[in-house]
Amino acid sequence: MKVYEFQAKNILKKYGVSVPRGKAISGSNDASKTFQEIGCKRCVVKAQILAGGRGKSGGVQFVNTPIEAQTCAAHLIGTHLVTHQTNQKGVEIKYVLIEEAVSIKRELYLAITIDRFLHTPLLIASTEGGMEIEEVSKRTPDKIIKEPIDIFFGIHPFQSRRIVSQLNISGVLSTRLNNLMENLWDAFLKNDCSLLEINPLAVTMNDEIYALDAKMELDDNALYRHPEFEQFVQYQDISPAEALAKKYKLSYISLDGNIGCLVNGAGLAMATMDIIKLHGGEPANFLDVGGDASLEQVTQAFEIILSDSRTKAVLINIFGGIMKCDVIASGIIRAIKEVGIHIPLVVRLEGTNVDRAKEIIDSSGLKILSAKDMKEAANLVVKASENEYTDK
Amino acid sequence: MSILISKETRVVCQGITGHAGSFHTERMLEYGTKLVAGVTPGKGGTVQHGVPVFDNVLDAVKKTGASASVIYVPAPFAADAIMEASEAGVELVVCITEGIPTLDTIEVKKYLSNKKTRLIGPNCPGIITPGACKIGIMPGYIHKPGNVGVVSRSGTLTYEAVWQLTQRGIGQSTCIGIGGDPIVGTDFIDILRLFHEDKETQAIVLIGEIGGSAEEAASEVIRQEITKPVIGFIAGQTAPQGKRMGHAGAIISGKKGTAISKITALKNAGVTMVDSPADIGETVARVIERLK
Repeated sequence: MKVYEFQAKNILKKYGVSVPRGKAISGSNDASKTFQEIGCKRCVVKAQILAGGRGKSGGVQFVNTPIEAQTCAAHLIGTHLVTHQTNQKGVEIKYVLIEEAVSIKRELYLAITIDRFLHTPLLIASTEGGMEIEEVSKRTPDKIIKEPIDIFFGIHPFQSRRIVSQLNISGVLSTRLNNLMENLWDAFLKNDCSLLEINPLAVTMNDEIYALDAKMELDDNALYRHPEFEQFVQYQDISPAEALAKKYKLSYISLDGNIGCLVNGAGLAMATMDIIKLHGGEPANFLDVGGDASLEQVTQAFEIILSDSRTKAVLINIFGGIMKCDVIASGIIRAIKEVGIHIPLVVRLEGTNVDRAKEIIDSSGLKILSAKDMKEAANLVVKASENEYTDK
Repeated sequence: MSILISKETRVVCQGITGHAGSFHTERMLEYGTKLVAGVTPGKGGTVQHGVPVFDNVLDAVKKTGASASVIYVPAPFAADAIMEASEAGVELVVCITEGIPTLDTIEVKKYLSNKKTRLIGPNCPGIITPGACKIGIMPGYIHKPGNVGVVSRSGTLTYEAVWQLTQRGIGQSTCIGIGGDPIVGTDFIDILRLFHEDKETQAIVLIGEIGGSAEEAASEVIRQEITKPVIGFIAGQTAPQGKRMGHAGAIISGKKGTAISKITALKNAGVTMVDSPADIGETVARVIERLK
């Protein structure tokens, strides 16, 4: 789960990380009051979206008066911001963060992430703050400093010293940076982050350091031990269908095509999307009902797929291992009887209790196209999605 | 021959009295797995499906001589269960449990780094040597003893591939799901090397998916060390960037982890890549034919 910049900054403050004075608002009417409360000559208004690249896309603007703050906030809130990390439609700005504009002497980069290859948390630092780190690492890989972090020990002092010296930092600033790295690691570990990125990390004229931006991603698997993060769920940028899927513990992602997919297992679900595309179709979604879905979940999954009006045909592809095919078949029949279906449905079942499942489908009297394998299923569903379907 | 497990492997099931543990214990016993003990703290002294239950793994190992463990305990307790098994001297730990926090798995990896225990998973279907031993949740009947090794990050997609092989009369030496999480105990490289050394394995099927760089790393090893034919498939060729496709590990972030990068790396290493998931069996058949 990604959290907004203002939420990440609120968490970081608790770990002793300095962030500029500021406040997030959702209505532009509060902007001028917020500007006055912050009480400095110059502020920055920052669009809050769960994607990067805001600066280059006009999502970050400087303002010098309360009126300007208000105008700027009104201009941003409610519009869609398109960055190189969003799709072409962009993301709606629901909040802006107004904060003090800090005088910057130098910009650094500091992040902690998980290195999947080294199986360890990894601290990344660079003198090239404010730039996109992937670009820096491509053009000048020697400017990226990487230190694996010992999960049981944390950052060793010798590692801190090495990083600080590579960043060409000395004196009081080096002590402050050492403390900051400690604090960031503390925040990363205690909040079960998968990413914590400060870019830029600003050094001011007085050699103070501020996290000017904060990107924080939390490990979904660890949410059970962080009840305090439940408040963030309502802020997630997901569609009503995705929210409903989440409620029933279904893994669902809406895509741009017109063939609905219901599959068990993430790998098979991805492979099903792939084969649809290979046969000339476009999947409308990714949907993994999981390894041992209940009748209730299957019914819900089916309803979610049908609720998408763009969907022209549906493919159900189940390889029943733990999951029994007859349970899937009953779920499908129940869902059709509850919500009705006006588009072609192709079903491919294999695995445990498959014969019983076929009986259930055959005796239902419903018009369902049965496929014996994935190839036939993909062929049938792509053809069905191309023809205007009439229920005879 | 086969890799990691055989008819003689003695297995302890951690979490045997839970819903999944109990259900799959029965399936494993049916398949002929020597499942000799179960563990559930507080239920020691009871019996589940004819298998004695112990309070801890050490007792189970001492009394039954189990050398492999399969874990079904819920995610909050799974990391501890893995370390407990290792501490008790278990050589092979197969962790089926899904949803373990990444930092927990990192701790486990670090803990195991100076132990002789091998961890498979977490969040995996397990490992099976057809006709001999099944440790995990895969349906037994889709497998057939033979000479193709299968290694995969997925569950049901592995079943799909195995079923395509079996239907063509192509048996498997051992099939392993290494798990869909960002950090797993055993990676493609370890398994490829084991298959390479295994006399019974003639060809290897590798099923990867988007996210991370495990397939790219594997391709390097295939190029340098593996002389047996490898047939590969990568799931998620159509997945958009930044969306997590079910598995915690299956996400394309930035320019990393795309299907194209993996397919190119594997092709360059001499792997026969399959475009359609429906053609895995057919492609393996063709490659094996050439060996004859």
